[in-house]
Amino acid sequence: MASVEFQNVTKSFGTFNAVSDISFKVADGEFICLLGPSGCGKTTSLRMIAGLETPSSGKIMIGPDDVTHLHPKDRQISMVFQDYALYPHMNLADNIAYPLKVRGESVEKRHKRAKEVADVLKIGDLLNRLPSQISGGQQQRTSLARALVYPSRVYLFDEPLSNLDAKLRLEARGFLNHLQRDMGMTAVYVTHDQAEAMALATRIAVMDRGRIVQFAPPIEIYRRPATTFVANFVGNPPMNMIPVEGTVDGERLQLRAHGVLVRDLPISQGIKAALGKGAGLTLGVRPEHLSMGTINDVNMVSGKLFANENMGPEKLVTFERQDGGRVTARIFTDDAVETTENVAFTFDGAHATLFDAEGKRIPADGEMPL
Amino acid sequence: MRLSFPQLLARIGFSALAAIIGILFALPLIWFIFAPFNARAELGIAIPDPWTLQNFLTVFGNGFAMRGLLNSLIQSVGGVILVAAAATLAAYALSRSSIPGKSIVTYVLLLFSSVVSGTAAMVPIFLIVSSVGLMDTHIAVILVFAGGLLPTAMFILRDFIDGIPKTYEESAMVAGASPVQAFFDVALPVIRPGIVVVVVWAFVNIWGSFLIPFILLRSDDLMPSSVAIYSFYSEAGTPIVTLLAAYSLIYSLPVVALYLFVSWKFGFRFFGGIKA
Repeated sequence: MASVEFQNVTKSFGTFNAVSDISFKVADGEFICLLGPSGCGKTTSLRMIAGLETPSSGKIMIGPDDVTHLHPKDRQISMVFQDYALYPHMNLADNIAYPLKVRGESVEKRHKRAKEVADVLKIGDLLNRLPSQISGGQQQRTSLARALVYPSRVYLFDEPLSNLDAKLRLEARGFLNHLQRDMGMTAVYVTHDQAEAMALATRIAVMDRGRIVQFAPPIEIYRRPATTFVANFVGNPPMNMIPVEGTVDGERLQLRAHGVLVRDLPISQGIKAALGKGAGLTLGVRPEHLSMGTINDVNMVSGKLFANENMGPEKLVTFERQDGGRVTARIFTDDAVETTENVAFTFDGAHATLFDAEGKRIPADGEMPL
Repeated sequence: MRLSFPQLLARIGFSALAAIIGILFALPLIWFIFAPFNARAELGIAIPDPWTLQNFLTVFGNGFAMRGLLNSLIQSVGGVILVAAAATLAAYALSRSSIPGKSIVTYVLLLFSSVVSGTAAMVPIFLIVSSVGLMDTHIAVILVFAGGLLPTAMFILRDFIDGIPKTYEESAMVAGASPVQAFFDVALPVIRPGIVVVVVWAFVNIWGSFLIPFILLRSDDLMPSSVAIYSFYSEAGTPIVTLLAAYSLIYSLPVVALYLFVSWKFGFRFFGGIKA
């Protein structure tokens, strides 16, 4: 296992910068997720670690070595591909053992090792099959087995679960998490599924248009999203974002918008500075922090009922404020939402996140690290 | 389902028409199967009476014609190996590399290919081959065929390789394979069905071609079957139907055998990526 480091790495295709001047370090044994929408540069970054793309500028280190211009075969890394890239003409044993074959191991030795790894992944009795003769989940585990069959410094994952159906994906995700705890592998994992990133990563790098917007542990990404982009991307359903007008009333902050009246928020230096500029604020509240209330509550968001979805353990109630902005609440009670036209929800001021006009989160005074 | 009377009539009419067209196409084939075994074969179809192998015995006694089969084989196999090897490497490079304007290169080549082996280019080809000093050699025939068939072969294969995910070779290289290892271990076996198609296509093209060997060769002992078949014409230029039929049957067997072999061994099927 080894660390991975990006030093001012830029990758451009023609005039388009897929990755713009990013720097970060993955410590030995860390599981990092690169999270972002398609086209944000996460896969390009991963492919640069693998050596499948060469940076236009900057430096990439694996452990103590500068690998920027090293051929993939010399990097001692493993990679699991989105389409699994299983060789259709080889049976599973030969597929899994291929990395050992190119390392010059004997047939007996590599088939023995392939069997060991396959047994761990519960595909040990399929070794004589061709990739086309096994299910998608088994193909996924075969590609994982091929990545695990030889000692590797860094494990790279390019959306390895996105071709699985929902149930298998959860199962595979749990297994990957178990594997990480077991092996303590250094891993870089690319995904656009925020739930996957939250579940697996020790730290998440949220990327947008070729840059890293926030690089932090999942809980911090979730509770303190650095920008409105991160807040929107992480969480399902995403954080509710409401543009508001702020006024200071004594030592408390008041926020107003159509259908919104928030009267009890603490004031911070950042808020004062943002209000001083005269620009508006954005109030962010996660759906699970909204609970049913009345229009007389201290912190109140209200509107006309738009949708009421029963998810089993929870309900998603979406309502539309007067200006058309929609807000979703996630409530865990068994109480039926009254099918009145108008609904009102309330939240604890501690759960409110405020963003300035540029979309950056305004920190509270004396904020402690999570 | 019950059909109305006009519908029924239309259907009968259509079937009858289809049958007549089918028979028209089948007639030469039926002749082709019967005539070689008939000592008195003519251009009309007749069931041999009695069946005889006499025609074949006479053909086997014709050294020029038999030598022609061997020459056809040499030229076809030589041409096929050259075309398949060169087209695979070229198409792989064209598909995988990021050379700007590579598709224009392919299309221009394709356009010129019809010129290179076409009748219009026969005089320049003759002059080139003659000035290089390859006149009257197998190599000349093989090279000219390769030149003519390569662009189309490259085009077919490039399209095929374009449809194969790059991740095959990428995963091999990440796993420790050199580009050459990745090509031979992973890419080549996956491309093989495409190569087989090119092999069959090139073989049939060279095997059946008359003009190029006729122009580039002079010695009797280098002529392929397509030229040697004229030894079954009388001096007045009329075909000796019995021998011609027997020789034609022998001449067509390698192509039929190749098709059967390929469809048994490879089944003309393609594997692309694995469906998830």
